[in-house]
Amino acid sequence: MISFIIYKAIICLVVFLLSLGVAAYATLWERKFAAFLQDRVGPDKAGPWGLLQPLADGGKMFFKEEIIPNVSNRFLFILGPSLFMLTALMTGTVIPWAKDVNIGGQTYSLQITDINIGVLYLLGVVSIGVYGIMIGGWASNNKYALLGAIRASSQMISYEIAMGISIIALIITAGGTLSIREIIAQQDAGLANVVYQPLGFLIFFVCALAETNRAPFDLPECESELVGGYHTEYSSMKLGLFLFAEYINMFISSAIMAGFYFGGYNFPFAQELYDAMGLQEGSWIISLIGFGAYFTKIFIFICVFMWVRWTLPRFRYDQLMNLGWKTLLPLSLLNLAITVVVEYLRGNIHI
Amino acid sequence: MQLTNRSKVVSNKEQSFMERLYLPAVAKGMLITASHLFKKTPTTKYPEQTRPMAPVYRGQHVLKRDENGAERCTACGLCAVACPAEAITMESAERKKGEEHLYREEKYAKTYEINMLRCIFCGLCEEACPKEAIFLTDRIVDAEYEREDFVYGKDKLVEKTDKRIDVSKRQTLEVAEFKKIAGTKHNTLWDGKKQLKDKH
Repeated sequence: MISFIIYKAIICLVVFLLSLGVAAYATLWERKFAAFLQDRVGPDKAGPWGLLQPLADGGKMFFKEEIIPNVSNRFLFILGPSLFMLTALMTGTVIPWAKDVNIGGQTYSLQITDINIGVLYLLGVVSIGVYGIMIGGWASNNKYALLGAIRASSQMISYEIAMGISIIALIITAGGTLSIREIIAQQDAGLANVVYQPLGFLIFFVCALAETNRAPFDLPECESELVGGYHTEYSSMKLGLFLFAEYINMFISSAIMAGFYFGGYNFPFAQELYDAMGLQEGSWIISLIGFGAYFTKIFIFICVFMWVRWTLPRFRYDQLMNLGWKTLLPLSLLNLAITVVVEYLRGNIHI
Repeated sequence: MQLTNRSKVVSNKEQSFMERLYLPAVAKGMLITASHLFKKTPTTKYPEQTRPMAPVYRGQHVLKRDENGAERCTACGLCAVACPAEAITMESAERKKGEEHLYREEKYAKTYEINMLRCIFCGLCEEACPKEAIFLTDRIVDAEYEREDFVYGKDKLVEKTDKRIDVSKRQTLEVAEFKKIAGTKHNTLWDGKKQLKDKH
């Protein structure tokens, strides 16, 4: 029992630090990648290649003056970023990072918890994340912050529908399981889900961009219209939490996309490679390689997120809503219908 | 009524299905940005790297001393007259006995100020100078916080005896020859007209 608690505590800590570390370095990589796309150099003064830049930024955030507006609701003002950060970190709990490790006859799964309704849990936590933005923007008692919060919540709610429906289609192809562990594990033998769900993946990707408030859907914080959007009144580390949580969201949604549609820690000819290396099932080297593969996919997705951000201009608000309700929602319903028919014909669904 | 032929007929036609799909246009844009990933950055990392400068770059001025270390400037005021930006002011004074090692001629500049905010670095002062006293160098004027700090006095302009500033590149034979041509009328006394006839 004690060993179980220690093992879970270690995994929790590792995933926590991993999320924070990846988010920190995603900020640096974002700036570097933007620089590469724009024929610039990017930050390179703090440490070699600017590698200490996230530390410097974090230090700056901590030491900045903390301003809480007099007219704001103090409790809710603090609750907003905390909730946003909390939900961002909570999403990492259900993702299996690699194959199980067998140490001393005991199997350890590299996942904080395997809930059998993992997908549902994920959607639930993500939709609580909206409250972080909404409460933060509302409690600021500032027009711009309120507008940003309204935009953020309406945008996230709108795109959650198309996202949810595309996930339902995915779950039907995956044989009706809601456990993320099983969804990833069953892509081990067969093809990655993106082969069966190309349209679903596209919809999911667009919705993920909108859910994480990234360009071209970054209307909640569009500087040209709303000063800073929902975090206009925030300063110091509370602002840092908002910005940081956004990067964690990006990391987690990349991990989800890589897991749901691109096989997570699986990769083509993995079994052949392990056999050639003479590795037994449950070896830690297999987990390490799988983890590396998963991270490569996540990294590619993060790069695509940034690539999109530095290419596309922001949508207008009515365009955003049109795209969400009039294009993505019908498309995802179509995708769902096609999936159901195909799976019925294949004999995987029984009425 | 048509005033110019530059007007264009505005088309307000409906977007086609492919256009409404956004995706082809998005892909096109993404490819354009991606192509920039592989381009060389033209950045010069300034304080560490500097871009090559022309050998006759016109930067911060220097007031030269002669080979004995005496100031060459005689406060004739030709530079101030030549200056199109009116950046130069000076006050002259008479050389006292025993100051021969400090000033080359009987008259010298007691104060000599160039306002670096007014200066346009055209080099006309240098061209006007009959005593080869003022030169523009390849040094860059420093940034300052206060406006008055840009008014450089003799303390900043006159070269230090132990830290001579090399202006040989701006003092080439061609420059010396050019300076003898009338129209710039200095260095030679009154045979300017004859020189002009000789040269042209």
